Amino acid sequence: MTARTDEQDAMVEMVRDFAANALAPHTAEWDENKHFPVDVLAEAGTLGMGGIYVGEEHGGSGLSRSDAVLIFEELAAVDPTIAAYISIHNMVAWMIDAFGNSEQRAAWLPGITAMTELTSYCLSEPGVGSDAAALTMRAVRDGDDYILNGTKQFISGAGTSAWYLVMVRTADLGSRGITAVVVPAGTPGLSFGANEKKMGWRAQPTRQVVFEDVRIPVSNRLGEEGDGFGIAMKGLNGGRVNIGACSLGGGRAALEKSIAYLKERQAFGGPLIDKQHLLFEIAQMDTELEVSRTMLMRAAEALDTGAPDTVKLCAMAKLVATDAGFRVANQALQLHGGYGYLSEYGLEKLVRDLRVHQILEGSNEIMRLIVGRLAVERQ
Amino acid sequence: MKIAVLIKQVPDTAEERTLVPATGWLDRAAADSLVDEINERALETALQVKDADKSTEVVVLAMGPEEAAKAIRKALSMGADSGIHVLDGGLAGADARRTAAVLAAALRGVNADVVLAGNESTDGRGGVVPAMVAEHLGLPLVGGLNSVELGGGTVCGERSSDTGSLNVSAPLPAVVTVTERSAEARFPNFKGILTAKRKPVTTLSLAELELPATPARAVVLAHSERPPREAGRKITDDGTAGTQLAGFLIENRLV
Repeated sequence: MTARTDEQDAMVEMVRDFAANALAPHTAEWDENKHFPVDVLAEAGTLGMGGIYVGEEHGGSGLSRSDAVLIFEELAAVDPTIAAYISIHNMVAWMIDAFGNSEQRAAWLPGITAMTELTSYCLSEPGVGSDAAALTMRAVRDGDDYILNGTKQFISGAGTSAWYLVMVRTADLGSRGITAVVVPAGTPGLSFGANEKKMGWRAQPTRQVVFEDVRIPVSNRLGEEGDGFGIAMKGLNGGRVNIGACSLGGGRAALEKSIAYLKERQAFGGPLIDKQHLLFEIAQMDTELEVSRTMLMRAAEALDTGAPDTVKLCAMAKLVATDAGFRVANQALQLHGGYGYLSEYGLEKLVRDLRVHQILEGSNEIMRLIVGRLAVERQ
Repeated sequence: MKIAVLIKQVPDTAEERTLVPATGWLDRAAADSLVDEINERALETALQVKDADKSTEVVVLAMGPEEAAKAIRKALSMGADSGIHVLDGGLAGADARRTAAVLAAALRGVNADVVLAGNESTDGRGGVVPAMVAEHLGLPLVGGLNSVELGGGTVCGERSSDTGSLNVSAPLPAVVTVTERSAEARFPNFKGILTAKRKPVTTLSLAELELPATPARAVVLAHSERPPREAGRKITDDGTAGTQLAGFLIENRLV
């Protein structure tokens, strides 16, 4: 892995400035009031964050996955919730760029990359999570249309998004019977559940998306019938690296807060940082984050170069980084004592936000399943 | 329209800023260097003209050591078209007078309709360089504007004074400076960052500007650290505290 380029330094500086100005003063309030800042997301869009690794033809920034890791780390160091939503949006934007035809890309990508039109990724269902190949939502062909019926669960941005990338069943062939379609907001029969009450990620809406005889043209299908599962999994490879980078950023913020606090807090006749067991704790946290950063960069490079072990490296990086991010944030809360438990100090929000990263984009148990199966297959 | 924007690289105000004891020069290693925020506002003013009229050309000009190239690159990533970097070891420790003469010499080759600058830098805070540049070039100085309108061969804008505000204008070409109340600078976007390295930057030495390597006339003889803050005056209310407080505010022109 190579050192950062001057351009990457400039990007990190810009994202850090943006996050400090546009996010930092508001994160606590957005969390408390469950406010989804679509205006700030549109501002992020003007800076190129709506299609980070989407081609430049339709408004994307044409950057690499390694660049994306740096960008998501910086955003999440200020607000993991907003960073994670931008990560999901980028996953959808990339899937349309990678698997859409030229008409679809020209029609959908300009608004998506500008983030004036937000997106949602719809895979999970009320009864189908980790076993994605078992999804039940149906699309039935009717002339030049599909008629969609079913419900999607835990959908980020639902109700606000302009576009829903939905995995539907077009044939009873397990994972080979799944198809990806794009449903625009406002289509008759499309409705949303209540905004879920959640532990973290409160500044982005999570709702059920309900499809009742939703009719969309066949031309809204990405790729061919039966391609959906492959498209969903390819999107998730990048999604896993990005969400790992969000955990890294949140964890780094927690570590930095802890170091500052231990240096300042006096107890037993000196600053707490003089206690060697606390210093060792800082060392452990820092090491776990650096291991995560290394794994994420390696996975990002694999995505960029199309390496044969991409799936494994993305799963490993997601597992390592999201476990590390949560552990570091939780430990940082402990190091802050009672103050860590107060919202004002920002630690408890990091813990709440980072907890879900161990569950979504494929739970960490599924990451172990992927890694384990690949390891066994190799022998 | 062609707009030249003066850019100065200064130490980050969020960090410790110190002088080198022996020379009285800025200790560049002590803090990260960045484009002075007030210059970014001047650049923003220029870029807004360019947003409205794509034929506008924005040139940024900086005088400084090697590292100032980074400041020029930042300005290019925000949207400026090209840069000029006056780089010469003989300029280390240049005073305001010398700096203005060098900048003016560099500007003579630019033929800009407008020279935009910040009203004063956050490090030196002399606030005299733009006026001196205007004098060298024989141009009017329209200084300290809170808002700037450029077009139709004139510059106009609003300037604050102690007692009110003035609407001022001048025919172009002119030197214009902006205050912290002018438009907040944009962030560079990713595309701007990637294209910045492909934009032209001309490096000029004193010889190329046909200027002699004369030493600065103003030098720092001595300097001392800012004394630690002392506790303020406490007023105990004996019935006249209100009057005393009002007196303090009036005396220090705080109201």
